[in-house]
Parts: sequence; C-alpha cells; structure tokens
Amino acid sequence: MNKQKIPVIITAAITTIIIIIGFVLLMPVIGPRFLHPIMMGSEPLPANLDASSSRLSDDGLFQVSWSSDPTKVPLNQIHTWTLHVETPDGQPVENASVLVEGGMPQHGHGLPTNPQVTEYLGNGDYLVEGMRFQMTGFWEVKFVINSGEQSDSITFNVDIK
Amino acid sequence: MKLKSILLLGIVLLAVVVSLWMILQQPRWTEEEIITLRNLWIGSLPALPPDPSNVFADDPQSALLGQKLFFDTRFSSSNQVSCATCHKPELMFTDGLPLSIGVGTTDRKSMTIIGTAYSPWQFWDGRKDSQWAQALAPLESVVEHGGTRMQYAHLIANHYQEEYEAIFGPLPDFSDPVRFPAIAGPVDDPDAQAAWEGMTSTDRDLVTQVFVNMGKAIAAYERLILPAPSRFDRYVEALLKNDEQTMKSAMTSDEVAGLKLFIGRADCIQCHNGPLLTNNDFHNTGVPTRAGLPLDNGRAMGVMKVLNDEFNCLSQWSDAEEMDCSELRFVVSEGEQLEAAFKPSTLRNIAETAPYMHAGQFATLEEVLRHYNHPPLSPAGHNELEPLGLTNREMAQIIAFLNTLSGGVDAPPELLKAPLNN
Ligand code: HEC
Ligand code: HEC
Ligand SMILES: [Cu+2]
Repeated sequence: MNKQKIPVIITAAITTIIIIIGFVLLMPVIGPRFLHPIMMGSEPLPANLDASSSRLSDDGLFQVSWSSDPTKVPLNQIHTWTLHVETPDGQPVENASVLVEGGMPQHGHGLPTNPQVTEYLGNGDYLVEGMRFQMTGFWEVKFVINSGEQSDSITFNVDIK
Repeated sequence: MKLKSILLLGIVLLAVVVSLWMILQQPRWTEEEIITLRNLWIGSLPALPPDPSNVFADDPQSALLGQKLFFDTRFSSSNQVSCATCHKPELMFTDGLPLSIGVGTTDRKSMTIIGTAYSPWQFWDGRKDSQWAQALAPLESVVEHGGTRMQYAHLIANHYQEEYEAIFGPLPDFSDPVRFPAIAGPVDDPDAQAAWEGMTSTDRDLVTQVFVNMGKAIAAYERLILPAPSRFDRYVEALLKNDEQTMKSAMTSDEVAGLKLFIGRADCIQCHNGPLLTNNDFHNTGVPTRAGLPLDNGRAMGVMKVLNDEFNCLSQWSDAEEMDCSELRFVVSEGEQLEAAFKPSTLRNIAETAPYMHAGQFATLEEVLRHYNHPPLSPAGHNELEPLGLTNREMAQIIAFLNTLSGGVDAPPELLKAPLNN
C-alpha cells in the first residue's frame, strides 16, 4: 500500500465520522422536521395553494368572495361570514340557496359547527352564521350554490393562525 | 504529518465545541412559533365575553349572593354538600378525586371552575350551554346535592330573602304548604317527582324562576374566578420583548424543550390551544372506560341533552335573543365524531389538579403522556390521536412544561373562601 495515501484515508474517515456525529448531536437542536414532513407537527399551508378570498366557482358560473366579522378569522370563537356571489360579468346573484361544508383535509375532520346561510342581505350578499374554527392550520370551506337552473360550488382555502 | 494531525485535532475540537454550544443554546423560535406562543399567552385572553342569557351575570350584588350559595351546605339533602365540596378553592376548584363524592358518588371527575366563563359548553360532554344552567344540574342531581328546587326556594325565602329581592325583585310567598310542599322537583326521586306533578303549572313556574335566579347568581360569582399568569406567561412576555434574561429565569431549558414539543411534534395545540389551552370543542382521545362504570359516549349524548335542556339558551328562562344563541343553533348534533368525545380541559394549573381525564382514569401526568404516546383503540367511535414516538426524556420535558402552567387563580382573596356572614 502507498504510504502517502494512509493519512489521506484517515483524514477522510475522521471527517466523515465528525460529520455524522455532528449531525446526530445537532438533531435535538434542529429537530427531525427536515427529515420527514409527518414529523413536523402542525403543517403549514401546502405550497402554491390559492388562499385568496375571491374566486371563480369550479365550473365558472359564479364569482364568489367571502369576508369575516371580525375581519381576522378568530380561533375558537363563533362568528359570521358574508358571502358575495355574482356572475362572472359582475351581476349580483339574488336569492340563491347556499350550503356550507368544510374541514381540515390534513387532519381528516369536518367543521366543528354546522354553519348555515340564514339571510339574503341583498346585492348578492349572504349572511353565513355559525362559523367556527377550533384548530390553527389549513382549512377548506366549501359553498354549494344553487341559483335557479344553475348550480356550482367553490372551495376556499383558509389559513387559521 | 505533525502539522496535519494538529490541524485534524483542531477540526475535531471545533466540531465538538460547536455541537455542544448549539445543544446548550436555548432553542430559537421561528416567526410562526412566536405567533403560536402569543396565542397561548394569557395576555391574549380577550375580555370576558358577555353572557346574554343571564342579565345578572355582571351584577356585583348577584355575584355576592352567588358566592354565598356556592359555599352553603344547607342547599343539599344531607345538609353537608355545597358546590365547594367538589370545587375546593385550595385545589384550584377541583376535589382531587377520580370520581366526586356528594350525597352519592358521581360517574365523572370534577372540573375546575377557573375560566369557565369563556367556555360556550359546560361539563365534559357539554350538556349545558351556560354557567347558570350548569349550576342547576348538581343541585338537582341525586348523587351531588340531592335536593329539589322547591326545597331550595324555601331556603332562599328563609335565609336570603332580602338579598334575593334586592337583585331579582319580590320573592313569591311560598308559605302555603299545600301549594308549596317542602320537597318537590323534577328529580330522580319518585316522591319529590309526584309532589312536583301535584303542583299547578303556574306555581311550578314561580319556583323554577327562583331556582333559575339562583343559577344566575352563582354564575355571576363564577365569572370572577379567572386564571392568573404563570411562569410560562412570563416567558412568553419576555420573548415578545426580546428579554433573554427574563426568559432564562422564567423557564429552564427542559421546560422550553417541552414547550417546543407541545406546540410542535406532539401537536398538543390541535386541541389545547388559545390562552386557556383548550379549544372548548369535543374530541375522542380514546381514554379507556373506568372499571366499574358503563361506557360513556360523551358528546353524542351531551348534545342531545343540551338541545332538549329545559334551561338552554333558547329556553323561556334564558334572557338571550335567538340570535345570541349561535352555539346552540349551529351545533353539530350527529355523526361518529361525537361518540366518546369529551371537552379538552384547560391545562392551566394542570399539575395541581390530578387525577386526570373525565373519570379520573390517570393518576399522574406520566400516565397521561404514556397514553398520548401510544393511543389505544377508543372504547367507542374513532380515536383521533396518532402515536407520537416520544422518548422518555421528551415526555418528561412535556411534563416539565405543563408544570410551568401553574399560576393559580386571579381573583380577590375574599372570593376564594366561604363568605363570613352566611
Ligand atoms: C358531588 C360533587 C359536585 C358538586 C357538589 C358540584 N359539582 Fe360541579 N362538577 C362535578 C363533576 C363531577 C363535574 C363534571 C361532571 C360531568 O361532566 O358530568 C362538575 C362540573 C362542573 C362545571 C363544569 C366546568 C367545565 O369546564 O365545563 C362547573 C362550572 C361546575 N361543576 C360548577 C358547580 C357548581 C356551581 C356547583 C354548585 C351548585 C357544583 N358544581 C357542585 C362535581 C360536583
Ligand atoms: C385530539 C385532541 C387532543 C390532543 C391532540 C391532545 N389532547 Fe389532551 N385532552 C383532550 C381531551 C378531549 C381531553 C379530555 C379527555 C377525557 O377526559 O376523556 C384531554 C385531557 C388532557 C389532560 C387531562 C386534563 C384533566 O383535567 O384531566 C391533559 C393533562 C392533557 N390532555 C394533555 C395533553 C398533552 C400534553 C397533549 C400533547 C401530547 C394533548 N393533551 C393532546 C384532547 C386532546
Ligand atoms: Cu384539525
């Protein structure tokens, strides 16, 4: 064996060991979160997800937007939303019937309450009562809108902090 | 060659020192985590929400009467049981028992009163939707106070007439023993039940009104019993001010590590979130049935009870308008997720309120953590928990963190004992 190569090999070996030991020692500090997404605890909003509060419904029949009262969607507090429904060319959709569904896809559960549209406020606005979110994280809120012959649905993505 | 080994040794040393330094460092918090911590901080507790179903909720006189009733053992069939029998101020308003003992033995563990004014649902199964409606349940339970509303109305007339009338107006005259027997009420005792059914419905309403007002006075007292800041709150406050010195003195590195697990990998904040560390919802966590007790299906039954409750928010005894009763109107009343689901307790003062869970199934926090680490199949429905894979050290760290949540009660000392002039 070439005598000059021995220190090189030893250096390489020791460096490898140092890196491994260093990594193991660092684990408690950085946490295992970079290794496996499941171990991250509460997951953030999935990447490139549309979290906007105004969107075109699935089949393009309605332009739908929501706002919450209070403006920042609260945690653990029952509150109301206003849903605005209009046609893509901006005409308010009057007296539609609207169903509310939702849940946390990452946790596999639905909404903790049974929210309902209780009033048509005029000008394409609908009062949604009984909204409540009891966990932080990524929620889906789906509205099924029926107006005369037309039926379409829209799912909003909401990040509760 | 020599130079090389010195260099090598240097690198090894440097690596070791850097690793050690990073381990001994308090973990840094990300922006995201700081938002979470701020949410758990007692400083985020909003002002006490109004109780529209109880117009006497914020009346100081009403609270004073409520305090007296809370500690008065005459309001029981044995003359020995008051609310404070099972909600002792010195035990954070719990009783330290797996099942409570009043006139008989309950089939659930006592819960703390502290901060319950923030909860839309009362009891482990949320079968009451206000504090005043809740207070009426133990009074008529055969295993708790064991009395009847007629008996209580007489007691109010005999001992509290003046105070009662100052708050609620004239007390009806209950002195006619034919119209108003000594004992009568819609309770599990056949004689009392028969006596109650023998009364006219107008007379029954007169009695029930007094009973309801007792509940409203007790609720006014309970609203004043709030949690005080703990070491954890000092830590978060210091963190928000970037005051590392106070952070270090508020919590040890093990406690901080436990906190990090609590909001991170162990994901306790799914259910124990907000400044009271409860989301006040209902969850199935697969807690085993207590030996000797029947299966408890929790919220599934609780929701039916509250919807049919004589004293709920929409009832004639409530002062609320229909629009104030959102929790009840939009409640989820069916579905598998209600099976064996219970309300997550507040974790404030949790180290002081052993044993744990709805029937005191676990004696220590160690047992609680072992349960969460390896969640069993639920006795009914589906257990929402996932195995956590925590090491013993990590479980100990979470327990260390739970110990930093003990801050006691935030209320004037005179509210924490029986008032003198009973
Ligand atoms: C015999 C013991 C006993 C007595 C007496 C008693 N309680 Fe309780 N308390 C309990 C138990 C047990 C629970 C949980 C019961 C359940 O969920 O079914 C409870 C629950 C509560 C809760 C619910 C807290 C929450 O977070 O949901 C409140 C509030 C309360 N009691 C107040 C009172 C008041 C007020 C009185 C007096 C009128 C009273 N208790 C009398 C044992 C008792
Ligand atoms: C899925 C929701 C959920 C999660 C996640 C959760 N808990 Fe709980 N917790 C509950 C419920 C519900 C109860 C009451 C269960 C019962 O009595 O049957 C409870 C009860 C407790 C109790 C006992 C309270 C008492 O007064 O008896 C402690 C302590 C506790 N949880 C700590 C934790 C810790 C620590 C974690 C994280 C490892 C955690 N919980 C995660 C829902 C949850
Ligand atoms: Cu969830």
